[in-house]
Amino acid sequence: MLRDSVARFAQEVVAPKVREMDEKEMMDPAIIKALFEQGLMGIETSADHGGAESSFTSAIIAIEELAKVDPSVSVLCDVHNTLVNTVLRTYGTKEQQDKWLPQLAESKLGSFCLSEPASGSDAFALQTRAQKDGDHWILNGTKMWITNSYEAEVFLIFANVDPSKGYKGITCFIATKDMGIQIAKKEQKLGIRASSTCSLTFDDLRIPTENIIGGEGKGYKIAIEILNEGRIGIAAQMLGLAQGAFDKAVPYTFQRSQFGQPVGTFQGLAFQQAQAAMEIEAARLLTYNAARRKEEGLSFTREAAMAKLYASQVAQHVSGEAIEWAGGVGFTRETGIEKYWRDSKIGAIYEGTSNIQLQTIARFIQKQYS
Amino acid sequence: MRPSAVRLLNILVPVKRTVDYAVKIRVNPDQKGIDLNVKHSMNPFDEIAVEEAVRLRERLKDEVKSIKVVTIGPPKSAETLRTALAMGADAGIHVEVPESAPAPEPLGVAKALRAIIEREKEKGGIDLVIMGKQAIDDDAGQTGQILAGLMDWAQATFASKIVVDVAKKEANVTREVDGGLEEVRCRLPLVVTTDLRLNEPRYASLPNIMKAKKKPIEKLTPSDLNVDLTPRLETLKVTEPPKRVGGGKVESVDELIAKLKEAGITPVKA
Repeated sequence: MLRDSVARFAQEVVAPKVREMDEKEMMDPAIIKALFEQGLMGIETSADHGGAESSFTSAIIAIEELAKVDPSVSVLCDVHNTLVNTVLRTYGTKEQQDKWLPQLAESKLGSFCLSEPASGSDAFALQTRAQKDGDHWILNGTKMWITNSYEAEVFLIFANVDPSKGYKGITCFIATKDMGIQIAKKEQKLGIRASSTCSLTFDDLRIPTENIIGGEGKGYKIAIEILNEGRIGIAAQMLGLAQGAFDKAVPYTFQRSQFGQPVGTFQGLAFQQAQAAMEIEAARLLTYNAARRKEEGLSFTREAAMAKLYASQVAQHVSGEAIEWAGGVGFTRETGIEKYWRDSKIGAIYEGTSNIQLQTIARFIQKQYS
Repeated sequence: MRPSAVRLLNILVPVKRTVDYAVKIRVNPDQKGIDLNVKHSMNPFDEIAVEEAVRLRERLKDEVKSIKVVTIGPPKSAETLRTALAMGADAGIHVEVPESAPAPEPLGVAKALRAIIEREKEKGGIDLVIMGKQAIDDDAGQTGQILAGLMDWAQATFASKIVVDVAKKEANVTREVDGGLEEVRCRLPLVVTTDLRLNEPRYASLPNIMKAKKKPIEKLTPSDLNVDLTPRLETLKVTEPPKRVGGGKVESVDELIAKLKEAGITPVKA
């Protein structure tokens, strides 16, 4: 029922605006508001805190269904749920949860600020500094590639309180826009253009000590664990993307006739569709299995890495095929098929590049076999 | 001192699980039916009915005591009830028939609904039945009217607006008729059937879907209600509508008139 409800919502509310948002590189505020109203911004949050008190898998399904229609909207929902909400639910004190979770479930968009100009894959080489000043901390630094940042009001910021300790000084702070966070450059991207990706500047940003999540120096642990889960969210996004591209292009191949028959009935094309369908199914099972393992409390790092890596590859491949199946029409922006291909590229890059995923999986192999 | 409402409103909304409106219909090779191995969902007019009941509660607040939804169908129909609960209904009744049973007909459905309304008398009765004007699978458009007849109740069909005065036990219903709109004032208890423009149904939000899991669904069988749902109609043949053939271009009005006459269209005397 959840899947149908989100699918319908995506089809009726999001779909009409997809092209415009992509062309304008701007998320429609009405869609963000609608996501909150549908209860899709506090999926795992408890009912006491204003959430839907649903499972992680429910979040995965919602992200997948949204991505079938617009991967930009899907990533907005994914980052907010699997990164921001999860940090608070897992590491927040009761006071912090009572304070922040209701706002995040009801109306305030969240953003996860880890990456910097000089630290992406090498996340813990981050340079943003936090200096103690009585019962406050003063943050200085720059963050880059931050999703949701243009519209967000709540920010999770990773800064180092003691560089002499290396990564063990990294601490997670929660801040609001009005504390003085400056949105600098908004990136002009190849894909997921409606999803805002900005640089942020902290210039003597004052954050109260009570806004430290999980304790001083615990930031690296929080980041690693949360991004592990977030990986499954991205896998779901890429999975939805692939399915969306497939569902848009395939019906066309049975309408378009050349040489006296629908092009989809030519064996060559039909075989490509069969291959794509199989790859999507495999990506689906990897994603759902990783989600299942997480929910059952089993280790899931390896499975999450595989799911994200494979789903992003499938998304790229299938969306590319989808354009070719639709021919010239697939190449125009009007049909919306080419958008999936542009959107898919980021799958191999954010929340852990494909090389990082391979590295993760390789380490498991080495540990097991050598 | 504020006068209290004479009576609180109990609303019953029957819903039907039908083939989803967006599905491409395929006729079976035996020409006796259509391919039912497709996506099903709540009849769109019934969704409008559920939505209207929920909106009545939003408008009348405590004056609406209960919104119950009922469906007659196979086990899978429970899903349709859950959707209605997620939209805001309080409780569901599932009159379960086997998966292999033929689809119930309007007379049978109306009789079952009558039996349910009789049962509800002990729990405060039903004051208002809101249901879809027709189901998109059979397009019968009969059940509401038959029910009103069986119950000897007022009926207001093809409603595009409903205003209820609980204290007066009345409802003003605007009906869509061929010539335009007709407004009727009816006394409760009343059967209303919904038309497309009555409202736009809400999406079941995620928190409401979760809450719906805890709402009660009562299971009954047709024999519990002493109702016989055996069909009285036999479907002889199901065929697709004739394929659309291309038109032709004409050079003049005279040629157009000649072609129309050829096609058998006769002019109406002015």
